[in-house]
Amino acid sequence: MDGRSARFCRLVFAGHLWPILCLARIAVTLAGAMLYFIEQCLNGIQLGMLLFLLAAGLTLIFGIMDLVNLAHGSLYMIGAYFAATFAALTGSFIAGAVLALVATLLVGMAVEVIAIRRLYGRDHLDHVLGTFGLILFFNELVRLIWGPAGMTLPLPNQMLTAVQVLPGVYYPAYRIVIIATTLVVALLLYLLVMRTRIGMLIRAGASNREMVSALGINIKLLYTLVFGLGAALAGFAGLMQAPILTVQIGMGENILILAFVVIIIGGIGSIRGAFVASIIVGLIDTVGRAFIPDILRLFLSNNAASTLGPSLSSMMIYMLMAAILVFRPEGLFPAASK
Amino acid sequence: MIKTMLKAGVAAGALLALTAGAAVPQGKTIKIGFISTFSGPVAAIGNDMRNSFELGLDHLGRKLGGLPVEVIYEDDGFKPEVGLQKTQKLIESDKVDFVVGYIWSNVLLASIKPLVDSKTFTVITNAGASQVAGELCSPYVFSTSWNNDQTPQAVGLYMNQKGVKTAFLIGPNYAAGKDMLAGVASTFKGQILGQELTRWPDQLDFSAELSKARAAKPDAIFAFYPGGPGIQFITQYAQSGLKGQIPLYTAFTLDELSIPRLKELAVGIPGAQEWVNDLPNETNKKYVADYKAKYKSSPSFYGAQTYDAAALLDSVVAGVKGDLSNKDAMRKEAEKANFKSVRGNFKYGHNHMPIQNFYLQDVVKQGDDYVLKTVATIVENDVDKHADKCPMK
Repeated sequence: MDGRSARFCRLVFAGHLWPILCLARIAVTLAGAMLYFIEQCLNGIQLGMLLFLLAAGLTLIFGIMDLVNLAHGSLYMIGAYFAATFAALTGSFIAGAVLALVATLLVGMAVEVIAIRRLYGRDHLDHVLGTFGLILFFNELVRLIWGPAGMTLPLPNQMLTAVQVLPGVYYPAYRIVIIATTLVVALLLYLLVMRTRIGMLIRAGASNREMVSALGINIKLLYTLVFGLGAALAGFAGLMQAPILTVQIGMGENILILAFVVIIIGGIGSIRGAFVASIIVGLIDTVGRAFIPDILRLFLSNNAASTLGPSLSSMMIYMLMAAILVFRPEGLFPAASK
Repeated sequence: MIKTMLKAGVAAGALLALTAGAAVPQGKTIKIGFISTFSGPVAAIGNDMRNSFELGLDHLGRKLGGLPVEVIYEDDGFKPEVGLQKTQKLIESDKVDFVVGYIWSNVLLASIKPLVDSKTFTVITNAGASQVAGELCSPYVFSTSWNNDQTPQAVGLYMNQKGVKTAFLIGPNYAAGKDMLAGVASTFKGQILGQELTRWPDQLDFSAELSKARAAKPDAIFAFYPGGPGIQFITQYAQSGLKGQIPLYTAFTLDELSIPRLKELAVGIPGAQEWVNDLPNETNKKYVADYKAKYKSSPSFYGAQTYDAAALLDSVVAGVKGDLSNKDAMRKEAEKANFKSVRGNFKYGHNHMPIQNFYLQDVVKQGDDYVLKTVATIVENDVDKHADKCPMK
C-alpha cells in the first residue's frame, strides 16, 4: 500500500464513511502494481526474444557442428550494419531488413567456407582462438568500411508510439513488433528442424556425421547451410535491435555473453531449451533490474540501494547459471542426440 | 686528478646555472601526454577532443609559450584500469611535462594519485569528479571543465522555473552518474518520485527504467547519459511514446556528437551547458568556424574545453618563460587564467575549478541541420559546492 492510499484510508475512517471505499482504493493500488508488473514482464520477454534469436543460431552451430563460435556476435553486428545501410539506400525499413538478412546469410556461408571449415574436428581451444580472430577481423573491417562513428537505423514515425496492450498498460509499438516477429521466426525454425527433410538431415548430422556422409549426403554443404542459417538468425537479432540500440563496432560482444549463458541454461544443441532459457534470462535480468533496487530500499538507504541494485540484478543471471551447472549440468533441456 | 675532476664539476655547475637562468632554454621541446578515449563506442568524444587540441596548437603556431610541442596521445579504452596504466606510462616512461585530457570521472579517479604524487602539471578537460574539486584537490591539477554536479544543478533550477513539481531521475551507476543525480536533486525544489541507476557502460536497453518512470507519473524526467548511451536513451524515450507525455530534461546527453544521429528525436529536449557553439565572443567564433572548416563537422563542449586547455598551457609556459622546473610559478600563472577562453570570461576558484556561467540550450532545426542554440543564462559565476572541502588556499 502506498502513502496516498494510507492517507485516503485515514480520511475515509475519520469521515465515518464505509470501509468498503478504503478496500476499493487498495484494490485499485494493487491492480496498478499488477499492470506495472505486467509491463516489466513484457520488457523481460522482449529481451528474451532477442536473446533467443542469437542463442538459437549459437546452439545450432554448437550442438550440430560442435563448434564454439565466438564470432556469432560479429554476425549480429554485420546484420545491423547491413540493415542500416540498405534502409538508408532504399528508404524503406522493411526492404533494408530483408536485404540485410540475405546479405548476412551470404556472409555467414562465405565465412564458413573460407575460415570455419578448417576448424572442424579440432580442439575447442582452436575454435576459441580462430573465432576470436574473426571478431578482431570483423571489427576492423567494419571500421574500414563504415568508419568508427557508428550508424543509426531510424524507425518509421508511426512506430514512435506506445500501444495500449491491456487497459492501462502502454507498451512501445516497436517492441511488440520484435516479440511478434521473433515468435514467428521461432515457429518457422521449429518447423524447419522438425518437419522438413533438411531439418532431418541437420538432426542426423548432429548424431552421426560419418554415417550421414556415408549415405551420400553432402555434409559439407549441409554444414555451410547450418552456419549460414545461424548467421542469418544472428543478423536478424542485430537488425531488430538496431533501432533500439545504436549500430556500432563491438555491439555484439556483450550480448554474446548472455547468449552463451542462455545455451548453457537451456542445454547445448536444444532449440527448445534456448527458447525457454532466453525468456527466463530476459525476465530475470529485466524484472530484477526493475524490482531489486525497490526491495533493497526497504532495508538500506536510498543511495546504497540504487548503487547495489543494478550490480545485484546483473549477478542473478550468473547465479542461476551456476545453480544449473551444479544441479543439471546438461541444461534444462538436454539435446537427446549425444 | 681530483683537481681536474673538481674543475670539471665547477665548470659543469656553472654551465647548468647558466642554462637555468636563460630566458628560454634552447632546444627544449614540451612534452604533453594526452589521455582520452579513442576506441570503442565513445571514440567520437576522444576524437573531438584531439581535433580541438590540435586546432588549438595550430592557432598557437604549434608552440606553447614559444617552445615547440610534442603530444603523445594515449587511449584509455573507456576503462579506469587502462587509464591508470597509460597515466603511469606517460609520467614514468615518457616523462611528460603536462598531462591533459580525461573524459570519464571513474578513469580520472583511478589515475589521480600518480599525477598528484609525481607533481605532474595536469589539465583535466572534461571529467568532473566531485572529489577532485573537494578533498582530493591538488596544487598542480587544474580543470577547464566543471564539477559534475554544477550542470545538473543548473538543470534543476531550470526545472523549478518551468514549474515542474515532481520528477524521476535516471543515470548510469558510476562516479559521474551519482554526482549528476545528486546535483539535480540539490537544486530541484519539487518532489523526486524515484531515481534509477543503470549498469555502466554495458547496459544500453533502458526499457525497465522507462517503464518505471512512466508508472511513477512524474511531471518530468531528468537523464544523464554521455556519449553513445545518450543516443540510445533518447531514441528509446521517443520510441516508448513518452516524448509527448512526460518532458525530458538532460545534462551531457545532447551534444554536437549525438544530435546529427538523433535528428528530429532530439528537438525540443532542453539541457544545460557551460559552453554553447553560438556564444558571442571572438575566440569562440574563430574556434567554431576553423573547426568546421578543418574537420567538416561541429565541435562539441568536450572539444571546446580541450581547446581552452591548449590556450591555458600557452599562458603558463609563456608566464614562466619556459622554465618548467618551477612548478609553483607555473601554478601561479595557471591560477591567473591569463588566456582568452571560448567561454568569454574565465577565472579559477581556489580549488582550480572554473567559476563560470551555465546556459540553457535547446535543439532546433536550421535548414537541413539540427543545432544547439543558447536560450538563456541559468546561473552566473557558479562556484561548485565542493570548493569548501578543498584545503588549498
